[in-house]
Amino acid sequence: MTLRKTPLAAAGLGALLVLSACSGGDQNAAAGGPITVDATDTACTVSATTANAGNVTFEVTNKGTKVTEFYLYAEGDRIMGEVENIAPGLTRKLTVEVPEAGTYQTACKPGMTGDGIRGAFTVTGGATRQADANTKLGDATKSYATYVASQSDALLTETQKFADAVKSGNVDDAKARYAPTRVYYERIEPVAEKFGDLDPAIDVREADLEEGQQFTGFHRLEKDLWVTGLQADSAQVADKLVADVTTLVTQAKAIQLTPLDLANGAKELLDEVATGKITGEEEIFSHTDLWDFQANLDGSEAAIQALRPVLAERDPQLVSEVDAQFKNVQTLLDAQRAGDGFKYYTELSQDQIREFASAVDALSEPLSRTAEVVAQ
Amino acid sequence: MTQVSRRRLLGIAGAGVALAGAGAAAGAGIDHALSASEAQAAPEIVPFHGEHQAGIVTPAQEHLHFAALDVTTKDRAKLVSLLRKWTDAARRMTAGQEVVQGGAVGGAGAAPPGDTGEALDLPAASLTLTIGFGPSLFDDRFGLAGKRPAALADLPAFPKDNLDPARSGGDLCIQACANDPQVAVHAVRNLVRIGFGTTEVRWSQLGFGRSASTSTSQVTPRNLFGFKDGTNNLKAEDPAALAQHVWVAPGDGPEWMAGGSYLVARRIRMHIETWDRTSLDEQERIVGRAKGTGAPLGQAAEFDPVDLHVGGADGEPLIATDAHIRLASAENLNGARILRRGYNFVDGSDGVGHLEAGLFFICFNRDPRTQFVPMQKALSAKDSMMEYVEHTGSALFAVPPGVTETGYWGESLFA
Repeated sequence: MTLRKTPLAAAGLGALLVLSACSGGDQNAAAGGPITVDATDTACTVSATTANAGNVTFEVTNKGTKVTEFYLYAEGDRIMGEVENIAPGLTRKLTVEVPEAGTYQTACKPGMTGDGIRGAFTVTGGATRQADANTKLGDATKSYATYVASQSDALLTETQKFADAVKSGNVDDAKARYAPTRVYYERIEPVAEKFGDLDPAIDVREADLEEGQQFTGFHRLEKDLWVTGLQADSAQVADKLVADVTTLVTQAKAIQLTPLDLANGAKELLDEVATGKITGEEEIFSHTDLWDFQANLDGSEAAIQALRPVLAERDPQLVSEVDAQFKNVQTLLDAQRAGDGFKYYTELSQDQIREFASAVDALSEPLSRTAEVVAQ
Repeated sequence: MTQVSRRRLLGIAGAGVALAGAGAAAGAGIDHALSASEAQAAPEIVPFHGEHQAGIVTPAQEHLHFAALDVTTKDRAKLVSLLRKWTDAARRMTAGQEVVQGGAVGGAGAAPPGDTGEALDLPAASLTLTIGFGPSLFDDRFGLAGKRPAALADLPAFPKDNLDPARSGGDLCIQACANDPQVAVHAVRNLVRIGFGTTEVRWSQLGFGRSASTSTSQVTPRNLFGFKDGTNNLKAEDPAALAQHVWVAPGDGPEWMAGGSYLVARRIRMHIETWDRTSLDEQERIVGRAKGTGAPLGQAAEFDPVDLHVGGADGEPLIATDAHIRLASAENLNGARILRRGYNFVDGSDGVGHLEAGLFFICFNRDPRTQFVPMQKALSAKDSMMEYVEHTGSALFAVPPGVTETGYWGESLFA
């Protein structure tokens, strides 16, 4: 960045000095003005040691000779905010969100080592959290974890069978297994997306490949099966898919999800439908988008089911709205069933696609409001 | 200007209403109506002649009509003649005049008017017209193959691109910007008309509510995600930075481009419906700024420098590793910067109940190979915002230097 800080802070500093001159002792931060921190090699002078809950801004100037850091710690040395690498002579700003009242500590770390030069810092006001709902929320995450575990197990079993079919060159069998296998993945997709490169390795679409990135996973085999015919390295790709899914399953079972993760995941699954499945982009070679659509819907519903006790208690009207819209989307999907599965995306009319899009929007709107209810 | 033209008022209100109905950044159109002070600061007539073409560091106007054209003739002389005619027409229109003297109603009654007439009683409205030459012009048709600058290399395919050929490329481009949409449309319409038989429109795009400020006299506008966009943009008041990042210098490549720049246009569709269902915290995490103030996360005010090294709870970086401003920052790109000059668009709806809306991204840079391309690679690969946007059109143009009082557009290339 080429912008240089203008010495606006000086005005704030002046105001603070005037304040401190007449208040003596403990100073409170001037409303809106930053709290200045003068860091030297031996001292950490903070212009105010109390602040109201909310956003607290520190302006740290390194007046020493060593590179320094500044931290705001909560009890137990939990980091609330930090600025690293403040070279001598530089001023750096940090705005920390401190929602709860309590006792905190400021710290400068000249030389960027050790516990630093500490000072007590008090935050007043703010919200106090109610703890009585925690049991229900705990139950919600537990029940969803069970769902993720069961889907993961099925995913691994079915992926193994699908890979075997590919490796034995049994194209018809592999094609028949492709969409039903992916269902288990699509149901827990938001969880899978938490594991960095695993999700792209398993589920990357050809259109989304980055330079130098290998085209692997389900969609690579989809292309082999439906478009190009099996390739020399299809068996290797199948083996890698099984290995990646194995890793994913281990991690998915160990993951600690929060209630907010569940609510956001439910919404994200519907976003997936809106931007990938409604457009037919996800299964561009096999056109089995409706299988994925159903699976995303299943996963979303499972998350809401887990949260139901909490949601029903806090916002029963929202729950009934979400239920009604889930039912509406499901009715539309049921109308497109064929045999054990669904019609292909290419068999849908523009009107049917529009109807799906509209129903997904109608469900996503109330669904996107569940996170706030959970976070109350 | 004491009287706001009725048309202009309608145009602005219309944009606002369309947005409000969609529950998007309501009023983006209205907010962008020039405030009194901005109107005073914006001259009605932007000089057409100069070292560089107008419409690059000119304070971004409110409206855009961008057209990409293909040359249909194989006759070089005909193309040069058209560039001369276009330049004459642009000189007049940017000065608030008709295409030709008495063009709209002063000609023979039995002949079609020489000016289409819809800007007859409108002021110049800060109209600028900027022309560029696409890579496809430099083939064997006009003997330009040897003059193609290396910097005009075809853009690579970026991950997640979903480009529509009907919205991409072009032999030539005309960028018309004005504070009145009707003035911008009038300019493009008349240049296209003059070009019939020599050029044809390949695609075009209307834009409103400038999505970037290119002068320190302008407030930072908001894009259709509702966020301030372009806070750290290059500014007209920083000539040193412009010389470094925007203007082609002598010796950079073929001499005909000295004083020019390279324009990259990307039509970026925004999935605003899914964005609008995303929590405020998540939106701010994706962008890396506070939605209200525009301050970088961890800072207090919009123009506080972005600090990528501040940490929040548990020391996690406050500006996430996949946040838009981190990936687009000069610090992350070895100092590369670009001049952004994009516009919002809403092209009706997409047929499945969603607004066909987004950002028509335009940027000017000295060498796309070292500026735009690495930036877009970083964004396409890692930007968490990519989940909500889709690049549907793409084009690249060499923007020749400015025009002298007696010269014509692209004279240095064809002379």
